[in-house]
Amino acid sequence: MEPFDFVTPSTIQEAVTALASAGDQARILAGGTDMLVQMRAGRRTAPLVVDIKGIPELNVMAYDASKGLTLGAAVPCYRIYQDATVAAAYPGLTDSAFLIGGIQIQGRASIGGNICNAAPSGDAIPAVIALGGVCNVAGPNGTREILCEDFCTAPGRNALENGEILVSISIPAPQEKSGASYLRFIPRNEMDIAVVGVGSAVQLDASGQNFVSARIALASVAPTPVFAKEAGDSLAGKAVSEEAVQQASELAQAAAKPISDMRGTIRQRTHLVGVFTRRTLNNAIERARGG
Amino acid sequence: MPGVTQVQTTLNGEVINFLCEPRQSLLEVLRDVLGMTGTKEGCNDGNCGACTIILDGIIVDSCLVLGVEAEGKDIMTIEGMASPEGLHPLQQSFLENAALQCGICTPGFLLASKSLLDQEPEADEGRIRHWLAGNLCRCTGYDKIVRAVMQVSKAK
Repeated sequence: MEPFDFVTPSTIQEAVTALASAGDQARILAGGTDMLVQMRAGRRTAPLVVDIKGIPELNVMAYDASKGLTLGAAVPCYRIYQDATVAAAYPGLTDSAFLIGGIQIQGRASIGGNICNAAPSGDAIPAVIALGGVCNVAGPNGTREILCEDFCTAPGRNALENGEILVSISIPAPQEKSGASYLRFIPRNEMDIAVVGVGSAVQLDASGQNFVSARIALASVAPTPVFAKEAGDSLAGKAVSEEAVQQASELAQAAAKPISDMRGTIRQRTHLVGVFTRRTLNNAIERARGG
Repeated sequence: MPGVTQVQTTLNGEVINFLCEPRQSLLEVLRDVLGMTGTKEGCNDGNCGACTIILDGIIVDSCLVLGVEAEGKDIMTIEGMASPEGLHPLQQSFLENAALQCGICTPGFLLASKSLLDQEPEADEGRIRHWLAGNLCRCTGYDKIVRAVMQVSKAK
């Protein structure tokens, strides 16, 4: 790796000041599982690396059954699935935290880092979009909120301006009869990059027989993670049925704009979006019903 | 010019100080600065697990940790696994089951397996295979490694 300066701020203000002083030349270090690989390969260079893991707000994982989850941007994946309360409240998020890399990667990699890295294939991003997650950002001009579906702007690029950091992700409290699921297709069992990933979240009515609302998001089928809004909206008010799920999966396929590359072809990916949309919706429905 | 930083950390139970540049990985520091060459370099990008260490009780790939990040942490490497009384039961089981050939992946497999059984003494085969997915072995075909870990696991 090229030489760089290294600072470990202990407050958000210190981090923002350090980042702003370097213009667009600083890099933020959380788990490092993407960033250090990119720097070693020369794909990213930075004269200044800001390690934000010493800032308390970035390590918070606070769940309240009425207010929802505040997930610090540096909280590593393993803390999510090791927390029985959080894992039970957000099974869709837990699905993604449990399949990013292997156990060694999950010990360091954070959901916030996965979102900031803005890979089209980032496994946590569709899961967080489906759950209606909001990115809480701090910068030289104060704080702002960015919807997770608006955060990634291009491969490896995000909506953060110079001097800004992602502090945390807020996820609304799960309602009665809600459920979510994230699944991806990979040719191996573990340790691979999604050929297609789909995150689905559903809200059913009290009977568990009708959709109130649904959100569906896709990975690895466009330059950024895709919020397939029309696919989710198509379910609102409908009875839970194979036909409704099938129709939503076709709308999700229409929202996907995949390319053919070493991991899969356009045709394969489009097919997989349909399969995994149906599969994650059915999982989410089962979880919403308490199954 | 970015300078050299002094880092204090606990390595295999002993408080130590070392000097490193921010750009050096903890793997580089362990091997090149501290002479602890039991931790191996495989892919150097987080795919193979050969450089697995236990950092504050959690297994991580030391190629994806900066040396400066070790400040105030507790590190265990393969050099800390055996006790003066003898090999760790997993080390003994790896020998008995011939769970190694070239040996490059072995320190990583041993630490990852120890971490699993410390948390889940009754881990079964499926759990062991899932846990060890971040460790690659190009010699054994994994079966002997998994059998060696199962021999130490208290799973029925």
